[in-house]
Amino acid sequence: MFENLKIVFHQGKQFIPNVKTAIVPGIFRGRPVISVVKVDEEKLIALCPTDAITGNPVSINLGKCTFCGECAMHFPEKITFTKDYKLASNIPERLIIREGEDKPVEVDPEKVRKEIHRVLGRSLKLRQISAGGDNSCEMELNAANNVQFDMSRFGIDFVASPRHADGIVITGPMTKNMADAVQICYDATPDPKIIVLVGTDAISGGLFVGSPAIDRSFLERYPVDLYIPGNPAHPLTIVNGLLDLTRKLK
Amino acid sequence: MNYISIKNNQTILLTEIPESNYEAFYDMNLDLVRGHIERHCVNYFGYKVGNNIKLICCIADDSTHDILVSTCLVNKAHALESFTHQLLCFEKFEREIHENFGINFIDHPWLKPVRYAFNRDDMSQTKENYPFFSIDSEELHEVGVGPIHAGIIEPGHFRFICNGEQILHLEIQLGYQHRGIEQLFLEKKKLLQRATLAEDIAGDTVVGHGTTFAHVWESLCGFEATRDIEFSRTLALELERIAIHVSDLSGACTDIAYQLGSSVFGRLRTPIINYLQEWVGSRLAKGLIRPGRNQFPFTSTLAQRLTQVLDIFEPEFKEMAAKLFMLPSALSRFERTGVVSNADATTIGAVGMTARMTNLNRDIRTSHPFSLYPELNHVPILKRHGDVYSRIQIRREEIEQSISYIRKLISEVPVVESKHEIMHTPKPNSFCLSLVEGWRGEICHCALTDNTGELMLYKIKDPSFHNWLALALSVRNNEISDFPICNKSFNFSYSGHDL
Repeated sequence: MFENLKIVFHQGKQFIPNVKTAIVPGIFRGRPVISVVKVDEEKLIALCPTDAITGNPVSINLGKCTFCGECAMHFPEKITFTKDYKLASNIPERLIIREGEDKPVEVDPEKVRKEIHRVLGRSLKLRQISAGGDNSCEMELNAANNVQFDMSRFGIDFVASPRHADGIVITGPMTKNMADAVQICYDATPDPKIIVLVGTDAISGGLFVGSPAIDRSFLERYPVDLYIPGNPAHPLTIVNGLLDLTRKLK
Repeated sequence: MNYISIKNNQTILLTEIPESNYEAFYDMNLDLVRGHIERHCVNYFGYKVGNNIKLICCIADDSTHDILVSTCLVNKAHALESFTHQLLCFEKFEREIHENFGINFIDHPWLKPVRYAFNRDDMSQTKENYPFFSIDSEELHEVGVGPIHAGIIEPGHFRFICNGEQILHLEIQLGYQHRGIEQLFLEKKKLLQRATLAEDIAGDTVVGHGTTFAHVWESLCGFEATRDIEFSRTLALELERIAIHVSDLSGACTDIAYQLGSSVFGRLRTPIINYLQEWVGSRLAKGLIRPGRNQFPFTSTLAQRLTQVLDIFEPEFKEMAAKLFMLPSALSRFERTGVVSNADATTIGAVGMTARMTNLNRDIRTSHPFSLYPELNHVPILKRHGDVYSRIQIRREEIEQSISYIRKLISEVPVVESKHEIMHTPKPNSFCLSLVEGWRGEICHCALTDNTGELMLYKIKDPSFHNWLALALSVRNNEISDFPICNKSFNFSYSGHDL
């Protein structure tokens, strides 16, 4: 008993008081900023492992970016990664960062389905599906619910059954061998329901684009409500993304 | 003998691997492993040569630090005597060869699909018609779990045959995570793409798989990695070990409903991975390991910072661990739960932690040393009971061991050698094998190049490939309610198995 209390005392308060303003340590690679400096665009584009960079104007698609930082390392005057972890949006177009722009990636509240705010605004239960995920995004989703990020305080939880869920969270590039399971899980979730994609692999397929072992047709059939980029997505990116989607900005 | 002895990370010409007929190949490899506890198969695979299939078998000898490689040309038309009939440790390898190329093995106990690879030989085999073992009995019942599990973990299907609450048999069906990575290694031509792919094999073993790929590539290109490069890899491997072991202790506490342990160990992972973020910009160290380069040079400032982190981490970890390992209600759930005997672990060819918890000494850090491990004089931690308790004890002690290794490493930060030699292209017609001890166990990557120096085959073996069978054995005669704690205490990789 005493030992338990001692441990609790030694641990102190661990939760991050404000998940919207917390500052992440170190050299986190978050939202990139692209300057208008002229560089060898062809070389820059060829550098990217997932063709996330396109030219004229130079832009980075966060849905494709693996956040390896190679572009910033070779062209530091052109691209810098900021520590801004708010990267989620409901509009794929918003995930594209263009040169000369330094504005946050945001959820467009106008485009959020009305029932999401009304029904899921105070309580959101999600069923996670790993469809070829490499366990990195899965670990970060788990971390989003640990005592530090503590997503449960906002009424957002992961549940065991799709029957109890308000939506599904997909990680991984969506393998052919998981295609049926994803469909069954989605069908078992009651309406209204949302689809959230977490991580570069889920949003665009990442490096697995074109692999014959991948089947992304599920995403052609249903609308996606939220894209949370990252490789893996940071817990703060996840928490903020889900909050921005479900809560009306006051 | 008709094999070639090579060292870890050595590149040889393909023609140097002695070829024999299947009978000689069969007898020789079985004789190498049978009765030799110090030898086990680290990789056994095939690839197409015209209409035939070339098999390459790699046996590691831990006492001489050699890897014995031999080859054999066979044809699909002829069924082959199975290694597995003699030695069960070849079971998964032969199933994989059967699945990929349609070679039939005589007397193999279960030639079932491994992962439903997109390029498998028999496309009529699907997840739906997997031939599960079943028992026709009024008393027994079957329980199916997955592919989607209750928690946030990767998918796999478990089929139990139970007598009431007691598990008689468990069969594990995997393959849901198959992404075709081995094929992508050949198709993606940029080195950065391949290095990133290696990091994506298993997101919890980013450094392990990344380092193995880097070693293969550098060896193929004849590149000698400088001390600062290998320093970063060794350090990151040990940090990764600490991070995952702590989070697995948290998982073990969750599965026995011990809230304090679950929360405290869960949050103790954060300072370690946040440190990785301070160093390399990613909590899981993605982007750190690149062949031929020191991407994020380690500095004395970073060393000081790491000392600070560990100085706070260590007492907090020790306090919580001391409590957990004294708690009767926790110990009663850990002890004698999910036992795998030493004999069983040896028979199935277990590696890494799964082997060491049964007193089977398999640790690449001592048996086939790489990076800076020769200087650390690593002594593997062994346990004897093979139960959940042994597995979490190993985790606790390995964390403490890793901390001491890290302190030793960072006491002398190597100077970054500004002029790294230029990396050439891979040698043509070559074969390279690399072994790395990740936190789970031995990771083995093999690469073959064609006559232009392009990758012809990239073969990846995660330790989970050997070890999944250990989970199936461990749960026998246990209550089905103890399955989660058994599963978590092993924490095998789904994506590393399914690739």
